[in-house]
Amino acid sequence: MLRYTLKRLLSLLVSLAIASLVIFVVIEVAPGDPASFMLGINAQEDTLAALRAELGLDQPKWQRYVSWVGGMVQGDFGMSYQYRTPVAEMIGDRLWVSLPLALYALTLSTLIAFPAGIYAAARRGKPGDMGVMGATQLGVAIPNFWFAMMLVLIFAINLRWFSAGGFAGWDKGFFAALKSLTLPAIALALPQAAILARVMRSALLDVLGEDFMRTARAKGLTRGQALRRHGLRNAMIPVLTILGLQFSFLLAGGIIIEQVFYLPGLGRLIFQSISARDLIVVESVTMLLVFAVILVNFAVDLAYAAVDPRLRART
Amino acid sequence: MRRNLIIGGALSALMVLAALVSFVWTPFEHTAMDIPNKLQSPNFTHWLGTDHFGRDIFSMIMVGARTSIAVAVVAVGIGVGLGVPLGLWAAARQGGWVDEVIMRGNDLIFAFPSLVIAILITAIFGAGAVNAIIAIGIFNIPVFARVTRGGALPLWAREFILAARVAGKGAARISVEHILPNLANLLIVQATIQFSLGILAEAALSYVGLGAQPPTPSWGRMLADAQTLVSIAPHMALVPGFAIILTVLGLNLLGDGLRDALDPRLRVART
Repeated sequence: MLRYTLKRLLSLLVSLAIASLVIFVVIEVAPGDPASFMLGINAQEDTLAALRAELGLDQPKWQRYVSWVGGMVQGDFGMSYQYRTPVAEMIGDRLWVSLPLALYALTLSTLIAFPAGIYAAARRGKPGDMGVMGATQLGVAIPNFWFAMMLVLIFAINLRWFSAGGFAGWDKGFFAALKSLTLPAIALALPQAAILARVMRSALLDVLGEDFMRTARAKGLTRGQALRRHGLRNAMIPVLTILGLQFSFLLAGGIIIEQVFYLPGLGRLIFQSISARDLIVVESVTMLLVFAVILVNFAVDLAYAAVDPRLRART
Repeated sequence: MRRNLIIGGALSALMVLAALVSFVWTPFEHTAMDIPNKLQSPNFTHWLGTDHFGRDIFSMIMVGARTSIAVAVVAVGIGVGLGVPLGLWAAARQGGWVDEVIMRGNDLIFAFPSLVIAILITAIFGAGAVNAIIAIGIFNIPVFARVTRGGALPLWAREFILAARVAGKGAARISVEHILPNLANLLIVQATIQFSLGILAEAALSYVGLGAQPPTPSWGRMLADAQTLVSIAPHMALVPGFAIILTVLGLNLLGDGLRDALDPRLRVART
């Protein structure tokens, strides 16, 4: 297990290094000079040069890359060009919206998908199964931002149960904040729940055909007991992978949903920074999201190996 | 399971037909504004109503289908054009450094949150259909590379490949002449799935203003326009939404149906 962990850790570090390089290069070749963007078209040449020096834009590219990465390792994400506040602080504030939103959506998605997938697998080929599968086909076809608009139309505009957008803030109390995240979380969760339910169903169906399930029944376990004790546990492996992937998707996918609901999360921060050419913020937020995705995949790989010893032997 | 194939095929054909017909005929000029008749609900003149500029929504949906198809087709083309050769190459050199480099590179692209990178690319290099295509297409490459490699590996162990080697054919020639034709079914199914994902991605990018630019109609941007008006003119949001859902649903069903129809083993296994 140690050898496996070290090997995965090494590939994690390599991935992160390449990812940071790619992001840096993409953003560096971008047209538009942040300094002239901040000062407007009438800026004097010497003012521009002074600002560039202040922002560190006059240094060679490799030096900026090294100081960017070196800073991030120590938790220093640099200074926003636009607001002159530490990027780490801005990200920290926004994370308190995006992270709970992703977790909330993940919880909802699991709560919907697990029972639906198990039910469909148990009723394979019967009308209940067909109904669930039909619903999941629809679920994966619905764009989440459109679904979000429909939720606003029904629950905010017509029924007035929720506000149509904005974030109450955690200082207004846990439930008020949670309430303002509810519609966005549902919009994010539903298409994901559809995928997860399909995976759950097919994973369970694979397991149900295994010999050990027949043995469990022969031992005298009821269908339900065999499913709970032996079926679900073995079906969890593919489900866990998808769950891991979905978490990173929810964190990043929130970008569009945050636009629909005007939530002050990482997604809105990226959009605002892109339009203001606040490159350092864009760089750091993108890197953070990529880091989160790679880290979650790494954790899933390890969880995999912990659950299934066969995987350790293979590498 | 012929039903999936028929429903999916019909829905997909409907969208392609709408796009093709829009080249020669639309009920109204899709850019023609008619302010006095703005925000009309569906009626006999305007079958799907009008938007906030009085433009005919039915015509915009038809022309918008062109944008969606064009973006998704080229994005899938990028994935097939680059991903399939890479996958074939990796499979031919299984276990070698070429295989290792290609597959690790693919893992890396997979690890990137695709939507974030697509937004980054379109935001930095300028919003527009071409950059949207590139942004979506890049993420299709590892998908096709992986599917191709996965399908090609077991084939390399088969007797007919051995026969081809004995006949003196090189790895490249075997890949093209013997491996690729055997992967066609697999790739067609995958292309259908990526096509539907491409349509969703294009809609998302246009929705945030990074896809096709005005006056080119696009379903995603129609939804963005509808957002602030959703309480007074819900049809503006409903119509493009249904267009996207039906198209994606159609393509997914078509993919499922094709997989069942093209692979006789599955037909037995599933029943």
